[in-house]
Amino acid sequence: MLKVMILLIAVILIVAIGWWFFGHHQEKAMTARLNNNGQDQKVRIEVNGGYSPSTIVLKKGVPAELDFYRKDPSSCLERVVFPEQGINEQLPQNQLHQIEFDTSQAGEYEFACGMNMFHGKVIVK
Amino acid sequence: MSIKKRFWLALLLSLPMLYDMLAMLLAWPMLPNGDWIALVLTTLIMLISGRAFIQSAWAAFLHHHANMDTLVAVGTLTAYLYSIGALMHHQGVFFESAAYIIVFVLLGQYLEDKMRTQASQATTKLLELQARQATVIRNGQTSEIPIEEVEIGDRLLTRPGEKIATDGRIVKGHSTVNESMITGESMPIEKQAGDLVIGGTLNQTGILEYTAEKVGKDTMLAQIVEIVRHAQSSHAPIQKMADRIADVFVPIVLMIAIAVFAIWNVFLDATLTRSLTFAVSTIVIACPCALGIATPTALMVGTGRAAKMGILIKNGEVLETASHIKNIAFDKTGTLTQGQPVVTDVIGDPKQVLTLAAALESLSEHPLADAIVKAAQKQAIALPDVTEFLNRAGQGVTGQINGHQVFVGKPQLASQPLDKEWQDQIERLQEVGKTTAAVGQDGLIIGLIAIQDAPKPFAKPVIARLKQQGMHTVMITGDNKRAAKAVAKQVGIDEVIAEVMPGDKAQQVKKLQQSGVTAFVGDGINDAPALAVADVGIAMGSGTDVAIETGGIVLVKNSLKDVVKALVIAKKTFARIKLNLFWALIYNLIGIPIAAGVFAHWGLVLSPALAGLAMAFSSASVVASSLMLNAAKIDD
Ligand SMILES: [Cu+2]
Repeated sequence: MLKVMILLIAVILIVAIGWWFFGHHQEKAMTARLNNNGQDQKVRIEVNGGYSPSTIVLKKGVPAELDFYRKDPSSCLERVVFPEQGINEQLPQNQLHQIEFDTSQAGEYEFACGMNMFHGKVIVK
Repeated sequence: MSIKKRFWLALLLSLPMLYDMLAMLLAWPMLPNGDWIALVLTTLIMLISGRAFIQSAWAAFLHHHANMDTLVAVGTLTAYLYSIGALMHHQGVFFESAAYIIVFVLLGQYLEDKMRTQASQATTKLLELQARQATVIRNGQTSEIPIEEVEIGDRLLTRPGEKIATDGRIVKGHSTVNESMITGESMPIEKQAGDLVIGGTLNQTGILEYTAEKVGKDTMLAQIVEIVRHAQSSHAPIQKMADRIADVFVPIVLMIAIAVFAIWNVFLDATLTRSLTFAVSTIVIACPCALGIATPTALMVGTGRAAKMGILIKNGEVLETASHIKNIAFDKTGTLTQGQPVVTDVIGDPKQVLTLAAALESLSEHPLADAIVKAAQKQAIALPDVTEFLNRAGQGVTGQINGHQVFVGKPQLASQPLDKEWQDQIERLQEVGKTTAAVGQDGLIIGLIAIQDAPKPFAKPVIARLKQQGMHTVMITGDNKRAAKAVAKQVGIDEVIAEVMPGDKAQQVKKLQQSGVTAFVGDGINDAPALAVADVGIAMGSGTDVAIETGGIVLVKNSLKDVVKALVIAKKTFARIKLNLFWALIYNLIGIPIAAGVFAHWGLVLSPALAGLAMAFSSASVVASSLMLNAAKIDD
């Protein structure tokens, strides 16, 4: 009887893991707030077990600033890399770190952690 | 707390448990109440050194993410919590597994961190080349100003032994400059008024005055740093596969671990402790961190090393493409050849022929005239006076020298028909792509001067090397077929595409692409479209902005040898990436079944602590393997 229980729990756990990690869990995109009568835009991105928000929408042509705030202690999220922009910066823990983002060209730009395990996306339009 | 501190603390706290383990094996006296000591020590380790793993794993979990921290957290927590339960029920515990997993994972991260800093030093070193101060001359006074305040057009001064502050053009002075840090060129270069200087290079022997032409982020040094930085944070396409694996890997490992536990416990009747040990080992050994760093570390080391030699590789994609090039096309003028016509042969009495020709041509504006005058200057020939100079369009030039009627140009300028001997000589020279001018005195031809845009030094061995590596070599040029073929023959190129309009070079590259991956080597401005179209655009020398922008690989130095070097580095780096990925993958493929107890029947098992050690070394070994690129042999 105990063995049947163990087996049952194991199966349930496996299914639950599959659902939790592989099911569709969409995060909403976040549009940047415009400041100073639309002179610049800013987004705060919290870095904790990933990026929230992980999809950021920026307005084309308006100077943008991405404010990363890293809470996560893991060495993986220590750096943030925008491969297309050549940005590869260290994020100090529990501090705001500003990165200026060039919005002169529309497009979708991915970013990731130093080991390329956590991903985010900046959409300029 | 830093990784280093966390590691040392965990190691110290785990030493008593190590003693106990050895004591059991070697029959030494065991620690009294060993299990309780283990409980206290492991709790401390979990709290101080291991907490970060659990925090990150939890944060990631809430985002539906799982990564290596998840594996470490689940692995250690399972071992730790189970052992507490077992202790209450007076059963066997394995606290030390949790403790050692943390020790070894931290050891791996600590080593990895150290080596990664080392790998990323290339840009830091380049930035250090930047001069901090500049000596500016204003109103006849010199003063020191911070480099940031230098503006375009400022008149600057550099003394011997000082760094050149920024890119500019020399107005006054004569010196030798060591440019090896930027271009990789090891010989010091002589510079005088009119020559360009590069910021960050070292002025050696004399005082130079120059005007600043580029400042801040437009300087060559700043652009190089920018390219290297870009390249180092780019990803090679092959990495995408690794990423996809890493993304799904961790959850799958968790599922496998649960299955391993269930199978051992339910179907194979293993004890709870034994089944859990297998599950924990499986989780711990599967950490995909080696997979994650396989590409970035190799890219960093490879592109950094190339930059030191004056070879800038733009990104990982170029590197990957460059390692399977089939066709390599060269622009002719300025790339394979010197880009300037020079006198190659003088037939007849060399001194007399050159003296007369140079005297006349010094008054002409024909492009070839320059070559003749330069040849005379080189031999320090004094030029006699010319009277009655006449430029006969399409024919040549004539004049009076020392009472004799002299001409340079077409043989038809002679008063008598060309005899057979001269005719043969002219044909022989034209055969090899040389332009010939006849030199005559008093209506008779006395000699010939052959002029050619000569191939660069090393053009021939470089082409030979490329062919040896199985590449099809092509020359694309706007020149006429005969001249193009002659140069091609001299340097040993396979295929000639001549009489191509400047705008059609890109079209020709596209055609070549139909038969395979095609690289194009050109020297910038008018080659830009072809450089952009080619799978790998190799921009040579001079650091023009257009070249830097369009080339996938930029050779700072104008040397053909660097083409070979660049391709060798690209190939070696890409091979290293593949090797790293292979090892990272194979390691998991072998490690997981062993940890899961598949071979337990034959006595081959892996304790959770050993699994932790093995996985720590897999990532450290990947980084070490990347660093080995620094020692790889790159010959020219
Ligand atoms: Cu990572």
